[in-house]
Amino acid sequence: MTDDSRRVIVDIKGVAKHYGDGEARVDALRNVDLRVHAGEVVALLGPSGSGKTTLLNIIGCIIDPSEGQVSLDGEMVYDGKWLRGDLRRLRLDKIGFIFQAHNLLPFLNATDNVALVLQLAGKTPAQAQARAQELLDYLEVGHRARAMPALLSGGEAQRVAIARALANSPRIILADEPTAALDSKRAGIVMDLLRKLSSEQDACIIAVTHDEKILDRFDRLFHLRDGRLENDKGDTP
Amino acid sequence: MNLAFRDVRHNLFRFLLTCLGLGLLMTVVLAMMGIYNGLVADALNIVKAPQADLWVVEAETQGPFAEASKIPGDTRDAVARLHGVAQAGSITYQTVEAPFEGATLRLYVIGYERGRLGGPQTIIRGRGLEASHFELVADAKTGLVPGDTLILGRNRFTVVGLVRDTMNSGGDPAVFLTLADAQVLQTQLAPPAARVQAARGASVTSGATVAAVIARLDPNVDAQNVAHTVRQWKHLSALTQAEQEDILIKSVVDKARKQIGLFLGILLTVSAVVIALIIYTMTMEKLKQIATLKLIGASDRVIIGLIVQQSLALGAVGLTLGLGLILTVKDYFPRRVLLEPVNALALAGIILVVCVLASGLGVRAALKVDPATALGG
Repeated sequence: MTDDSRRVIVDIKGVAKHYGDGEARVDALRNVDLRVHAGEVVALLGPSGSGKTTLLNIIGCIIDPSEGQVSLDGEMVYDGKWLRGDLRRLRLDKIGFIFQAHNLLPFLNATDNVALVLQLAGKTPAQAQARAQELLDYLEVGHRARAMPALLSGGEAQRVAIARALANSPRIILADEPTAALDSKRAGIVMDLLRKLSSEQDACIIAVTHDEKILDRFDRLFHLRDGRLENDKGDTP
Repeated sequence: MNLAFRDVRHNLFRFLLTCLGLGLLMTVVLAMMGIYNGLVADALNIVKAPQADLWVVEAETQGPFAEASKIPGDTRDAVARLHGVAQAGSITYQTVEAPFEGATLRLYVIGYERGRLGGPQTIIRGRGLEASHFELVADAKTGLVPGDTLILGRNRFTVVGLVRDTMNSGGDPAVFLTLADAQVLQTQLAPPAARVQAARGASVTSGATVAAVIARLDPNVDAQNVAHTVRQWKHLSALTQAEQEDILIKSVVDKARKQIGLFLGILLTVSAVVIALIIYTMTMEKLKQIATLKLIGASDRVIIGLIVQQSLALGAVGLTLGLGLILTVKDYFPRRVLLEPVNALALAGIILVVCVLASGLGVRAALKVDPATALGG
């Protein structure tokens, strides 16, 4: 799956992020380069405070890098400044998020949690409901479509969250500890599902994880140490 | 998909409980508005009831509602003879306390001449005064019913009819007696020294005096001209109906009106703070959900809509509950609570503004939320 001839979806060059100035300056990321291809599932590893979430936030267009370039799905989106005025729309079109604690909206049922993203993107309620049901069926939680999040098991809730992340067929799926709330069996199932989705939808998946039991399910592992990125061979990617 | 409605439906019990709290606050606000209106309406009712155009009162006084006014009992004849006067009648006012069924009734006694101006306008039950003595017509708020008897002074009176919404500016319900009975009552309730003088055979001036003479003028007669004529008489003065109403509002009701108005202002301020606090707290509880919404691509408009719509729903339901509650209980208040549609509309307007302003705090907090909060770390 590391065939470099495949299309590059995430291309980051020389990205740095620092907070504060002078003696109070903290370098969260230093000169990070990262290329992730379509269909790839990669993991960001590292101790707390190493910069994993900062990198995920930069790829997700949530925070600005201090330096460097960010290209997503062939479009240069950051080069010293954001090149797109509407980052919200960029996230809606290109990026899906999967959270550690699923973060489903508690006042919407499973279908509506998925349909909301589609409606935000401009689909009619009927189209959004139909596509949401299709995704839930695909992820084998279609029978729980009308259930409220509080009534879903951890595995079911995470599948609904994955369906929500996939709703607009994003090219990039960012996952923050996607299996942290699951037991090892369910964690394996979710990872197999993510691999299958990345392959079928030609999307890349970048996951922050501490879960060693699932590391064999990733195509590549990247370690962040003191804000520097290294691959599983210890080289800078 | 309406997120505000879905969120309310999900937390329906809590939302309704909050609305109930707000509704009770609205009830108090509406009650104050109603009491304020009632105070003014009651005060004006008593002065409007005789449907007079002119009030002849003691010189250098502002009439029987603002201060004591005593004029000779035969003044009515002189007034009736004035050019342009169609009808005239003598009238007395006094406040008395009377025992009734183990309780004490505080009553506003109006004495008038049967067949002349100043009597009860609309009898809602029973009949008007027919006998020369010992009958009375009472306001329904007294709790009296036709057939009841009541001791006033040294005489027992029988209730023969009821009227509605007739009370003085202090909220004491009125009873109508014949002028003769009312004058005797004034004598019987006069200070002991005066009663001793009366027993000795000295002239009893109070029995021969009245509080005012009221007159109805012929059409197209200028009340000010007639008043001017009366003012030239010794010891007498005259007020037009408009002047009488103005004095009543300014000198008698004004302090109470300001007091209630101030209290109303404080209540509205408290309501605004409470609404702002509720909406701010509701928003703060949803910050993680708002961060998630931002992260998945919801626009600021969607998030502002969620907060403002809930805020308006809270205000609307609270106001409706408050309105329903005050309309249910208003008749149990000791003073008249008079609510006009304009009051409900005014409060709705105020609540609308308060809700929009209050949701501004929540919106500000929501728009400051970093979408990264949803990812954690």
